[in-house]
Amino acid sequence: MSWLSRLRHTFRSGKLDDELDEELRSHLEMRVADNINAGMALAEARHDAQKRFGNLGLMKEDARETDILGWLDTVTGDLRYAIRVLRKNPGFALTAVLTLALGIGVNTAFFSVVNGVLLNPLPYPRPEQLVTLGESKPNFINGSISYANFFDWQKDNRSFSSMAISRGYGFTLTGLGDAEQLDAKFVSSDYFVVLGANPVIGRTFIPGEDKIGEAPIALIGAGFWKRKFGASRGVLGKSITLDGKSYTIVGVIPEAFDLYRSAHPTDVYVPIGQWSNPLLPNREAGLGIHGVARLKVGVNIEQARADMERVTANLAAIYPDADKGIGAHLVPLTESLLGNVRPVLLVLLGAVGFVLLIACFNVASLMLARSTNRTREFAVRVALGAGRWRLIRQILTESTLLSVIGGGLGLLLAQWITRAALRLVPTEMPRAADIHLDSHVLIFTAAISLLAGILFGLAPALKSSDLFLSETLKESGRGSNGTRHRAQSVFVILEMAMALVLLIGAGLMARTLARLWEIQPGFDAHNVLTFNISMPPSINGASAATIRAAFRNVHDKFASLPSVQAESFNWGSIPLTAWDDEQLFWLDNQPKPSNENEMNWALSYVVEPDYLKTMGIPVVRGRFFTDADNENSRHVVVIDEVFAHKFFGNEDPLGRHITLQQGEIKAEIVGVVPHVKQWGLDSDESQQLRAELYVPFMQLPDGAMKLAPAGTTIMVRSDGSDPALFDSLRRVNKLMSEEQVIYGAQTMEEIISASLAARRFSMILLGVFAGMALILSSVGIYGVISYLVGQRTHEIGVRIALGARRWDVLNLILSQGAKLTVVGIVIGVGASLGLTKLLARMLYGVSASDPLTFIGVAMLLALVALAACYIPTRRAMRVDPMVALRCE
Amino acid sequence: MVRPKTDVLQGTLALLVLKTLVRGPMHGYGITLHIQTISKDVLRVEEGSLYPALHRMAQEGWIKAEWGASENNRRARFYSLTSAGRRQLAEEEKSWARLTQAVANVLQHA
Repeated sequence: MSWLSRLRHTFRSGKLDDELDEELRSHLEMRVADNINAGMALAEARHDAQKRFGNLGLMKEDARETDILGWLDTVTGDLRYAIRVLRKNPGFALTAVLTLALGIGVNTAFFSVVNGVLLNPLPYPRPEQLVTLGESKPNFINGSISYANFFDWQKDNRSFSSMAISRGYGFTLTGLGDAEQLDAKFVSSDYFVVLGANPVIGRTFIPGEDKIGEAPIALIGAGFWKRKFGASRGVLGKSITLDGKSYTIVGVIPEAFDLYRSAHPTDVYVPIGQWSNPLLPNREAGLGIHGVARLKVGVNIEQARADMERVTANLAAIYPDADKGIGAHLVPLTESLLGNVRPVLLVLLGAVGFVLLIACFNVASLMLARSTNRTREFAVRVALGAGRWRLIRQILTESTLLSVIGGGLGLLLAQWITRAALRLVPTEMPRAADIHLDSHVLIFTAAISLLAGILFGLAPALKSSDLFLSETLKESGRGSNGTRHRAQSVFVILEMAMALVLLIGAGLMARTLARLWEIQPGFDAHNVLTFNISMPPSINGASAATIRAAFRNVHDKFASLPSVQAESFNWGSIPLTAWDDEQLFWLDNQPKPSNENEMNWALSYVVEPDYLKTMGIPVVRGRFFTDADNENSRHVVVIDEVFAHKFFGNEDPLGRHITLQQGEIKAEIVGVVPHVKQWGLDSDESQQLRAELYVPFMQLPDGAMKLAPAGTTIMVRSDGSDPALFDSLRRVNKLMSEEQVIYGAQTMEEIISASLAARRFSMILLGVFAGMALILSSVGIYGVISYLVGQRTHEIGVRIALGARRWDVLNLILSQGAKLTVVGIVIGVGASLGLTKLLARMLYGVSASDPLTFIGVAMLLALVALAACYIPTRRAMRVDPMVALRCE
Repeated sequence: MVRPKTDVLQGTLALLVLKTLVRGPMHGYGITLHIQTISKDVLRVEEGSLYPALHRMAQEGWIKAEWGASENNRRARFYSLTSAGRRQLAEEEKSWARLTQAVANVLQHA
């Protein structure tokens, strides 16, 4: 579009347009006439006159603004100029680019975590329709759904288009290379329908196949399929041996399908009716089964809750023994997956945003300082007619160029950081597998790079372009320093404040972790190893006596290792892990309750005599088990102090009896031990179910004993002399049977550490962010003080010449830095008081406004800031008055 | 003549036009001729910039346009200063003086 048509365009009405045409025509004619008078031929005269109109004149720049090609032309011009300017100042350019790369890098890395975990939709069709299900019971808000109840729920509800249950399990795979433990899931037929998963090949389960007694079939995960079958299509119809039973493979499930998107994909899915647990059909049994369902279109979760209330009330009426007091607990899937991590990730995202802001302020500050030296350049440009907007655009072009280069470097950095961070991510973090750099992350990086460029370019741009308007030039160049200095000071103050907020956050997390580490879990974790054992599948179906003999043999074989000091099976709860098991019982002075909910509940530990020695737990009263407490002797139990206090108050529990629901076994309480923090170092005390009950492993009822070979935990205390204890155990294990698997080794210390992983993750990240903020803001204050010293060299020289001592100079400069720091700290403390509330959920044993942390961190920041000021101050103290005066 | 660079003189065109019109009403072509002649060919106002500038200045109310007859009795649009235009001219002359003085100072200073 030419300027002419654009100008015409501005004359909206036809009349004006005609007037313009006429005016221009008359202009042309006059020019042609003059040209002819000057001796040109008519054609040439016309051509010349026309050409002048076609030429781009002084308004060229204006005209270009709206013309995209022309616009690009000016942009490339600006860009070339910017590149030239930056090339001339490699030190500045490098500092700015690196600062930005750091800021953008950590932001990109962290955003890719947030993007993967929170923002990307779950990989299921219409994920918002998905709901997790559990039974709400007196002791559990979100308890296990019984197999029998599930089928009634499925049949009776009117809110869900499909509903399914699943239960994690570990199968021993034999007959396909070395025996190994597989991550498996028992699922009901509709599981894949609910989640909308299509098999890679073959089919999924069809209704009815999840009933007890159906033919054994299995689906395998794509990872397992590739690993064991080379992704061959011929796998369909083949059979695999799981726990000694042959299952026919009917399909392969895609790799990226796991419900919790954890790092550990499921190897094999089996219809839940195949579970050999004899309690499965029992309507009362709590077997760790949880549900997932898909809401019908147009049904919301509240309606579904009301509907399930009706369903469960009906069941309670029909089966009062099993279902009285049982409700359904419904939570949207995204909420149950991400509800816990969302606030943490958002807090951290905010923190990392601060780091970028600080980086931007730093670069803005640098540019401001530099723009002082460019006063002359800008003045000349203004004098030559460059507009205010033109100057702003030039500076913004420079800043954007910096930030885009910084963003590019940041992206590289982010890839590296993300890889490192993924190693830090707690294993229980949902969707860890979904974290990677994708197009969203790239867009995010591009966006923050541009935004950063504009953000830190704007202040210097506006300040510099003030030349155009203000009286500054009159004042021979020094006057503008005031405003510039003010802007820099504001930047430094804000940097200090933000760094303080991050440091306080990190400090509070560090104190929380320190507090948690101080908490005694109730056992001595040092040198304790836990692992699981699956006995050879051939033992399935053997008598309880045979199984007990096999366990005794296993126990003795492992105990024979010289470094093993104590050893115990544990077929129950494992402290500080997600593994918990419960015993239901009634006291000797109670009648047998009519249903489970009226029984008493306790955490169950089914262990051997050496359990206390293994875990380093003392006996408070009475005794613990001995080898004589076996399947042939009378039943005994040991309780913890919480149990004793809860059920016996001040009475002596020793000698009293309780009846265990399982097998209706009446057992005598023979000892009391201290409480162990089953639920976590911090949260144990807030739990409902805390009473702990120890039962001798060998006194497990025969029915339960028959389940134990499929998977039992072994806990071992060693003398610490064998650095590869688990390898030694594995060698011993292999000698016993090629088909017996031990797996899942974890030291108790690792378990404690893992229980704090989420907090440690937050602390480390906050710490890293805070450290970066501290360094960047120190650089910031260093820069400003250096700049001040540079500006005041002359003044300092005069002062020294007039007899000021070095000490006075030190005072003069440091007090400037101190002022900025103090204001920054005051603002930072104020902001922290508000912002640390967001951390409150993560804190333990320390208040969100913990004065010690606040004061300590403020002092740290002040010290670092003053140290950063000291370097330029020293330079000021060394000012030679003669040199300083001469430079004026 | 050295051609001004793209962003040169942008701010000054209005000043030049206003100053030219002090002599009395003049049409666009006359304005270009006048500036070119007085500046001894150093400044050349191109049509592409003049008319948009004239239009803008008219909108600002600094100048007004009337149809009239040129020296050769051609119909032409004559521009003349308004009182707002005179004030604007005084303003721009002052700021131009300040600017050139400032630039001169800076150039001397270094």
